[in-house]
Amino acid sequence: MFSKLSYKSQRNIIIVAFLIVPLTLLGTFSFLPVANMFWYSLTEWNGFSDKEFIGLENYKTVFTDPEYFRVFTVSLYYFFGTFLQMSLALYFATILSFKVRMKNFFKGVIFFPYLLNGVAIGFMFLLFFQPDGGLDTILGLVGLGDFTTHWLGNPDVINISLAGTSVWRYMGFNFIIFLGAISSIPNDVYEASEIDGANRWHQFRYIILPSIKIIVSLNLILAISGALSAFEIPYIMTGGSNGSATFVIQTVDTAFKYGKIGLASAMAVILLFIVIIVTAVQRKFFSEDD
Amino acid sequence: MNGKHLAGNFIKYASLILGALAAILPILIVLFASFKTGAEYTSTGPLTPPEDWTNFENFKRAFVEGNMMTGFKNTVIILLVSIVGTTLVGSMVAFVLDRFKFRGSKLILGAFLLATLIPAVTTQVATFQIVNSLGLFNTIWAAIILYLGTDIIAIYIFLQFMSSISVSLDESAMLDGASYFTIYRKIILPLLTPAIVTVIIVKGINVYNDFYTPFLYMPKTDLQVISTALFKFKGPYGSEWEVICAGIMLAIIPTFIAFISLQKYIYNGLTSGSVK
Repeated sequence: MFSKLSYKSQRNIIIVAFLIVPLTLLGTFSFLPVANMFWYSLTEWNGFSDKEFIGLENYKTVFTDPEYFRVFTVSLYYFFGTFLQMSLALYFATILSFKVRMKNFFKGVIFFPYLLNGVAIGFMFLLFFQPDGGLDTILGLVGLGDFTTHWLGNPDVINISLAGTSVWRYMGFNFIIFLGAISSIPNDVYEASEIDGANRWHQFRYIILPSIKIIVSLNLILAISGALSAFEIPYIMTGGSNGSATFVIQTVDTAFKYGKIGLASAMAVILLFIVIIVTAVQRKFFSEDD
Repeated sequence: MNGKHLAGNFIKYASLILGALAAILPILIVLFASFKTGAEYTSTGPLTPPEDWTNFENFKRAFVEGNMMTGFKNTVIILLVSIVGTTLVGSMVAFVLDRFKFRGSKLILGAFLLATLIPAVTTQVATFQIVNSLGLFNTIWAAIILYLGTDIIAIYIFLQFMSSISVSLDESAMLDGASYFTIYRKIILPLLTPAIVTVIIVKGINVYNDFYTPFLYMPKTDLQVISTALFKFKGPYGSEWEVICAGIMLAIIPTFIAFISLQKYIYNGLTSGSVK
């Protein structure tokens, strides 16, 4: 029956029928929350009572109360972790793009952690960081036993341990993306450069890096906004104790544990703005470079 | 030259082995511990292999006491519905936006792309209020609808792929009198298969490993998924690491099997999913 209609009316029916569900979902679960969040952030509200409009009061609290502001410094650990993660990923992707024995084995092993369940990883590293646990034992074996500490108990190193876990978890993702990008460079480019006397470093610097620049910048954006919104690893492992609370843990706690929806919304708005600014700066920086 | 080459090779393999060890060791320690008895766990070092590789007692306890069966069941239901839903919704949006140019089509495309800029984790507080007011809190639909509604990546992948399917195929089908719906179902959908595989993989990994959506929206025990079932081990089993380790292994084994059997597709899927 449908096929009897003219293509023009078919077209209109299909447009409406195919878009109505996705657009409703998009509106309800992507844009409405953002709009609501802006509105909530200007109110004092616990989720049940009437909302009371208080203007920018919540924002003032976040920026002036050290309890809220301090969590930004925790992001720095993840931020530096991100750069380590990207460099390692790029290094391994480059090596494994050339002739290597047992290539597929190394590829699989380095990538596999990315596929693992976040809770499983959190528990795995809780065990790994325990006193006399995996890490301490390994350090002892290689003669670095003096460096052992309470990896998750010492406030000076807890964020390094957690950011390290994060690097372990996500490095494989960057790695596999880089590997895919490098493999799309045609082989004869390397051959030609070898005739010209280029070594591996030259090939990396002048062939690989420029060819995958866009992918690197894309990964950098993803990684930076990932660092700002770090949540799962520290939440599962420490619940944010010992100075390891990230901005998102603080937001989730403020909202769901202490029932301060208005304040939590202001925090979320701030995070959203930072992510958008970082993304915009990155895009501009890298597109001008081309 | 030769000495330099040798040194280069040494650094190359040494770093690869170090990298592989760093990736494997934490998992290996968990594997060892999961086969140890309680007494054996406390008396041996983490790098000591278990005495009895057939001691499945911990696995039994983790599976039964940790309600892992419920977790697997719910995870599978959510996975199936969200994958089928995402594939349908994503391919339909891509079909309409790529094939029909109409007033507002650019705007709609822009709206989908703009949504990629919003990290889901930032809007959680406000999303929670919406899910709650729709009466979906503590139902399995909370997770399913959130996975469906915010999957912009899938739409993006399908859009990329759609533009490489020649419009002349549609036109020749129209000469044979096929309706637009037939074109979508019989021509476009089968041709989208590689993109569908990509979406299934990316979606599957995300849903299986997601923690905070089920944690926040479905705290009820009957509704727990693998992630939240495992998370519940935290308190009561604090001192029985060998049981927790068995739980970790139970959560990891399906991933491992999927990885080993689908390795090639997973690599391709992720690369084509994120690079373009």
